[in-house]
Amino acid sequence: MTFASILEWLIKGFVWVMILLGGFAYLTYYERRALARIQVRIGPNRAGPLGLLQPIADAIKLIFKEELMPARADKLLFFLAPIITLTPALVITAVVPFGPEGLNFPLFGRVITWQIADINVGILYIMSIASIAVYGIVLAGWSSNNKYAMLGGLRSTAQMISYELALGLSFVSVIVLADSTRMIDIVEAQKSMWFMVLQPVGMVIFLIATLAEVNRSPFDMPEAEQELAAGYHSEYGGMKFALLFMAEYDKMIAICIIAATIFFGGYREFWFLQNTWFSVDQTPILGPVYVFIKVFILLFGMIWVRATLPRIRYDRLMAFGWKILLPLSLALVFLTATGILLAQEVNPLFMWGIPVVSLAAGFIAILGMYQTLRRKEHARA
Amino acid sequence: MSIPLSWYLILAAALFAIGLFGVLSRRNAIAILLGVELMLNAVNINLAAFWRYLDPAQMAGQAFAVIVFAVAAAEVAVGLALIISVYRRRKTVVADEIDLMKW
Amino acid sequence: MTAEQILFLLTGALILGSALMVVATRKLLHAALWLVAALFGVAILYAILQASFLAVVQVVVYIGAIAILFIFAVMLTRREMRDQGQQTRTNWWIAALLGLLILAGLVFLILAVPGADRLPAALPEGLDTVRALGNALVSPEAYVLPFEVASVLLLAALVGAVYIASVGKKD
Repeated sequence: MTFASILEWLIKGFVWVMILLGGFAYLTYYERRALARIQVRIGPNRAGPLGLLQPIADAIKLIFKEELMPARADKLLFFLAPIITLTPALVITAVVPFGPEGLNFPLFGRVITWQIADINVGILYIMSIASIAVYGIVLAGWSSNNKYAMLGGLRSTAQMISYELALGLSFVSVIVLADSTRMIDIVEAQKSMWFMVLQPVGMVIFLIATLAEVNRSPFDMPEAEQELAAGYHSEYGGMKFALLFMAEYDKMIAICIIAATIFFGGYREFWFLQNTWFSVDQTPILGPVYVFIKVFILLFGMIWVRATLPRIRYDRLMAFGWKILLPLSLALVFLTATGILLAQEVNPLFMWGIPVVSLAAGFIAILGMYQTLRRKEHARA
Repeated sequence: MSIPLSWYLILAAALFAIGLFGVLSRRNAIAILLGVELMLNAVNINLAAFWRYLDPAQMAGQAFAVIVFAVAAAEVAVGLALIISVYRRRKTVVADEIDLMKW
Repeated sequence: MTAEQILFLLTGALILGSALMVVATRKLLHAALWLVAALFGVAILYAILQASFLAVVQVVVYIGAIAILFIFAVMLTRREMRDQGQQTRTNWWIAALLGLLILAGLVFLILAVPGADRLPAALPEGLDTVRALGNALVSPEAYVLPFEVASVLLLAALVGAVYIASVGKKD
């Protein structure tokens, strides 16, 4: 640990945080335009060409808004909660590699990699940061001294803890498939085939669970406005609200980057571009570009889900997490491990048993969903 | 790596003593459990330090630290479930007032 | 004084300071949050010890699950003992005395044992500690039995917690 390496981390971290903050501003613009298209509107189009200056106008508005402090609030926690919410969203992507080894370049006698921290437990680091993301919301809800905020906070705790289990188990399948917990090994293991192909149901579980983790619709319980005013951020205004908002959107970006890395090949090329000029082995500079394209598409998926699906009811949300997702992801871990063992010991073709049997398990889970979650079961007597 | 082993051991001992004080002195049952967590962490620091300082090729220290994690999780889950259940029936979380079995 | 020693001392101060706040603060929610700070310090210690797996598991299990459960329990039971009222027993000084005695005894013992001032053993070349730990936990020659016992314990705790906390329909 020398001074130069600390300086390198600081500079990389600073640049990455700046990218995330800019990305947040333009993600709001992207989401509003995409939602507007889906709803046959135009969306923000006045500030600047095509409305491109809209995020800046929003920022100026939020900076000049008055900030309120609720009576008898826990002042310190009320102040800290937005910061605690934002920090995990900014640091969670620190272990993600953005470029292949061929893109590393020497600078002042050091080899600069396209990754902030290359630690040997990278994917577990992501899990741990995801698990502390709940604090900000709980504390925001508690410290506001407002019963709607408190209910929103409690709901979000229960929801995030429940879906964390399925999320963690979907990571386990990836770890088993890649035979490593280091992020760069996971990406390189997807050189010939993305894990999306080998573990399609795991990918779907991951995407559903992350939607619940970042409280995006259809799992936006903590801020269900018809029931809870605005949930945990009812009492927030001005820049504190902007921080909470920023955390939400930066979490979206972060989980799309993570999903792209562990299921969609990260900086590796699309499968049909293998062995051409467009593959990252031949043109390493395309690595970050591929990450960006994948993240852009995944973000559109999240916006699309928001535009399409209505909010799920709270009891069904919990039932779905515990009764469907958790058993299914446990079964997937077992299936993946068995498939790999059989492929190693008997015949490599057994690798293809993993997606086939997984899809069958997913189908059974959908049947189970129909059995346990349909309207009749939960209707009031 | 220039930290002597005794630093870790003394830190863990201090953490254990603080946790013990918490367990013995607090009235709230949840606060007592908080103290127990501190004591378990002190034990874990020792396990990890012994692993690193004695023989890193032997994973005994880390393996038992992992098992302590599991035990701690189980203890908290059941302990808090008990406290909440008692609270629901008797409207108290003060450990001294949960004394029905003493009569 | 090397950078590592300074880091250790800062972390130790964080752990002990937060631990003191856990046992001393009146507001229970704040006590739970100080516990989070102490647990985080312990995770940093694991990182200094190069036990990276323990460091992340400390964050996932302790901070992400156990401390959250504490906060949940505090929120669910807050009507009673609303942070005012006596938080400690009247004879808390006996507990303090006992704690100090144990601390003094342990420190005396640690300093008396030969080899307590040893420096860390060299990590074997090419040892992947995560892989080694995984192998140790499931290999029959090593710790598969404690591992299985822990998993049975977890299952029992899961069932027990659900049973205890569920509202009985009959009573």
